[in-house]
Amino acid sequence: MLEGWPLLSLLIWLPIIGGVGVLALGRADADRARWSALGVAALVFLLSLTLWIGFEVGVAGMQFVERVPWIQAFGIDYYLGVDGISMPLVVLTAFATLLVVVAAWEVVRYKPAQYLAAFLIMEGIMIGVFSALDAILFYVFFEAMLIPMFLIIGIWGGPNRIYATLKFFLYTFLGSVMMLVALIYLRTEAGSFAIQDFYGLQLPLATQMLIFLAFMAAFAVKVPMFPVHTWLPDAHVEAPTGGSVILAAITLKIGGYGFLRFSLPITPEASMALDWLLIGLSLIAVVYIGLVAMVQEDLKKLIAYSSIAHMGFVTLAFFLIFRILAGSGSRDGALMALEGGMVQMISHGFVSAAMFLCVGVLYDRMHTRRIADYGGVANRMPVFAGFFVLFAMANAGLPGTSGFVGEFMVILASFQAGFWYAAIAGLTLVLGAAYSLWMIKRVVYGEVKSEAVGELQDVSARERLLLGSLAAVVLFFGIYPAPLIDVMAPSLDALFRIVVPTL
Amino acid sequence: MNFEMPQFALAAPEIWLGVMVCVVLIADLFDRSQEGRIAFFLTQATLLVAIWLAISTHWGGDREITFNGMYVSDSLAAVLKVAIAGLAAVTLGYSRDYLRQRDLLKGEFYMLTLIATLGMFVMASASSLLVLYVGLELLSLSLYAMVAFDRDSRIGAEAAMKYFVLGALSSGMLLYGMSMIYGASGSLLIDDIAARAAAGDNLLLMAFGMTFALVGIAFKFGAAPFHMWIPDVYQGAPTAVTAFLGSAPKIAALALFLRLLADGLGQLHDQWQIMAIILAVGSLSVGNLFALVQTNFKRMLAYSTISHIGFLFLGLIAGTDEGYAAALFYAISYGIMAAGGFGMIILLSRKGFEAEMIDDMRGLNDRHSGYALVMLLLMFSMTGIPGTVGFYAKWLVLQALVDSGMVWLAVVAVVFAVIGAFYYLRVLKAVYFDRVESPAPLEAPMGPRVVVAANGGLVLLLGLFPDTLIAICRAAFGL
Repeated sequence: MLEGWPLLSLLIWLPIIGGVGVLALGRADADRARWSALGVAALVFLLSLTLWIGFEVGVAGMQFVERVPWIQAFGIDYYLGVDGISMPLVVLTAFATLLVVVAAWEVVRYKPAQYLAAFLIMEGIMIGVFSALDAILFYVFFEAMLIPMFLIIGIWGGPNRIYATLKFFLYTFLGSVMMLVALIYLRTEAGSFAIQDFYGLQLPLATQMLIFLAFMAAFAVKVPMFPVHTWLPDAHVEAPTGGSVILAAITLKIGGYGFLRFSLPITPEASMALDWLLIGLSLIAVVYIGLVAMVQEDLKKLIAYSSIAHMGFVTLAFFLIFRILAGSGSRDGALMALEGGMVQMISHGFVSAAMFLCVGVLYDRMHTRRIADYGGVANRMPVFAGFFVLFAMANAGLPGTSGFVGEFMVILASFQAGFWYAAIAGLTLVLGAAYSLWMIKRVVYGEVKSEAVGELQDVSARERLLLGSLAAVVLFFGIYPAPLIDVMAPSLDALFRIVVPTL
Repeated sequence: MNFEMPQFALAAPEIWLGVMVCVVLIADLFDRSQEGRIAFFLTQATLLVAIWLAISTHWGGDREITFNGMYVSDSLAAVLKVAIAGLAAVTLGYSRDYLRQRDLLKGEFYMLTLIATLGMFVMASASSLLVLYVGLELLSLSLYAMVAFDRDSRIGAEAAMKYFVLGALSSGMLLYGMSMIYGASGSLLIDDIAARAAAGDNLLLMAFGMTFALVGIAFKFGAAPFHMWIPDVYQGAPTAVTAFLGSAPKIAALALFLRLLADGLGQLHDQWQIMAIILAVGSLSVGNLFALVQTNFKRMLAYSTISHIGFLFLGLIAGTDEGYAAALFYAISYGIMAAGGFGMIILLSRKGFEAEMIDDMRGLNDRHSGYALVMLLLMFSMTGIPGTVGFYAKWLVLQALVDSGMVWLAVVAVVFAVIGAFYYLRVLKAVYFDRVESPAPLEAPMGPRVVVAANGGLVLLLGLFPDTLIAICRAAFGL
């Protein structure tokens, strides 16, 4: 049906143009803005599903490729395509945006048209990031993403929103301009801006190291890795619920995606030489940030720190491959680490989105995020409590939920790198369970602590739909992750061949 | 010396402008509205025709030299002139109601703008030191008068005085340098100077002359450490004048640099490169750091101009045609952004009220979301965020730097770009995040509203489809 359609272009530009349309339509009438935004988001999500259906499993290369000249003087093309690494992320983006639009329905009262338009434009830009195959095109989307996010946090955020959004912007901007210099340098070496032409350049190690560090500046801030993670808790706490969902579910993944698409294949030797740095920082994130999460008194901060810890797990998986190869020489083990990291990224997208939505549900009723203000929520909101506990379990990596699959694969693989790697990485399960469950105990269970909690109403049909759909996905991929892994395995295998050509 | 008949047709844009200056002056006398309405429309029409003339006479053809070697017609001249006349027309489009509200709306304003434009045209096509200088003075003298246009304003008079004294000083420097170059090469013609420099005659004297000339050029650009006049003049001049002053003359200053240093003294590139690096890094640091602490929007834009000039110089430093093309693209896109930035101040101002403080922008999104959107585009464009034209300007400059092996300068430049981001974001904070108690809706006349929408739209359009403008800028240097 959609044969020959520029599907990726549609996925990018439909939400952007739709966002502008929502802005124009909904200035006077908030309901019209909501319905039109819902229409656009649903349409984009359906289109992204056709992307998944039309995607040929078992093919490593790029699919749905579009290539037209864009800036001819420098040979820059409007060059799009997805492989098994990026396609699930595109679908995840479309799904998360749909959730955000629904979640904002009655909640956002200040300029709802602008709010929804910002998220739709953001959606288009993020899909652009995942499908751009030209470095400048990638950079354009990568940076343009800052504009809507800056506004979302700054306009609809909490009391300290201005500090948070400036910090967010300047941190990420500093990281990405370094990457721009690296990309420009790579073009002088490769003669083109196509990302695939950057692979296999055989640059000297010293040059590779500098390029690697420039990439790291951009992606480590986005992930975010210790010690440049400090913008994330601030941004999350001050962001509106939708902003938190998009931040956690998608923008953090762009950092991980960047490591896979740029750092590892373009500078493989430097990645190997500097893997101690990445592994070290990742392990610090897993353990130290996990402990930090435990002592948080603010619900959103706790989830934000848990996101950092989980993403640390992802970067750990990506850069552990060299140790696994050195330790056991097992190609399959290393590949499993990459797959585990990717599965973890996707799963964290769903789980963290769900957690932030749950906090949003509570916040809309109580207007506080302090854990101490809650207690005994289950008595008044039994359905909600069920969902919340399920997602907290998924966050802790309980078997049967999607959170388990990725973590298990990575820990299994890391045993081949050495016992201690696995032991420290395994701590994430312990710590994750500790902070998630302790939070659940204090918020959900126990006696009803205050009058405000006593007057809570259980989730509405809209919220039930939101949380229910997420719960279905989390359980589905927890029980049957094969479709996800089948899609990404060939592309990760091809990536692996580029990173370690000798095997 | 045998006399050859000059090819007048090649100088059609200048001749047209010169004639129309007189026509506007006379027509204004017969204008009964006393508001210079005839002069305004006549001036705008003149500028549009000048654009057409510049394209049809200069663009695409071979490089031709006439008037005994003093006038050059090439594609570069076409691009420069189109940009100059276009920016002049845009800034005039903003100015009308602003001037009327302040009782400044007189036909002379338009005539002075036309004379300044004529001066810039002459500079763009100059192929002799004297012609270059005459064009520059034609521009400068008109600008001095325009800055002082509100003669009852003390701050305006002070600004004009400062501008005049420092401008005269810099013109003197430039002239002194030119005289040394003339002494070293024995010719006023740029081509002869280039040939002498290539032959290696009197290089030391020429380098001396070049140094003074570069100082003069840096003054006109407003590059640190010769930037002192910029903030005071920008703040003191009527905003309608600042908009003009901040946009088109930067392109003329680029013309001065390209004709004199790139065409004439390209051989001395090694010498002027070091100086240009100092000017560039100095401007980047002074402009960005001082802009951080400004509370006055006009002053902030003035310091931001200095930082943008620093970035523009980075393109020139490379000394390659790619670098010059990048600088040209930068100058044009900066002109568009600056015109828009000052145009926003004009739009927000009312009779007896200058919206020149950053605080005056507060709650703009509540008052008029369209203007807020234009402001967003302009500020992000100045920051260099993709989706706006400012990104490609910065990227082309960085590309030229990296291609010629100066990666470290590119890193310095991007670090300052990040520092610069902070003050642009501060403006957006006022526009979007600060809320005012009772947002008063904004009423602005139709004309400026259309211009500001077009201006913002252009920033976005060139940000999505920069290909054509990049190709044009490169074609101007035969790339």
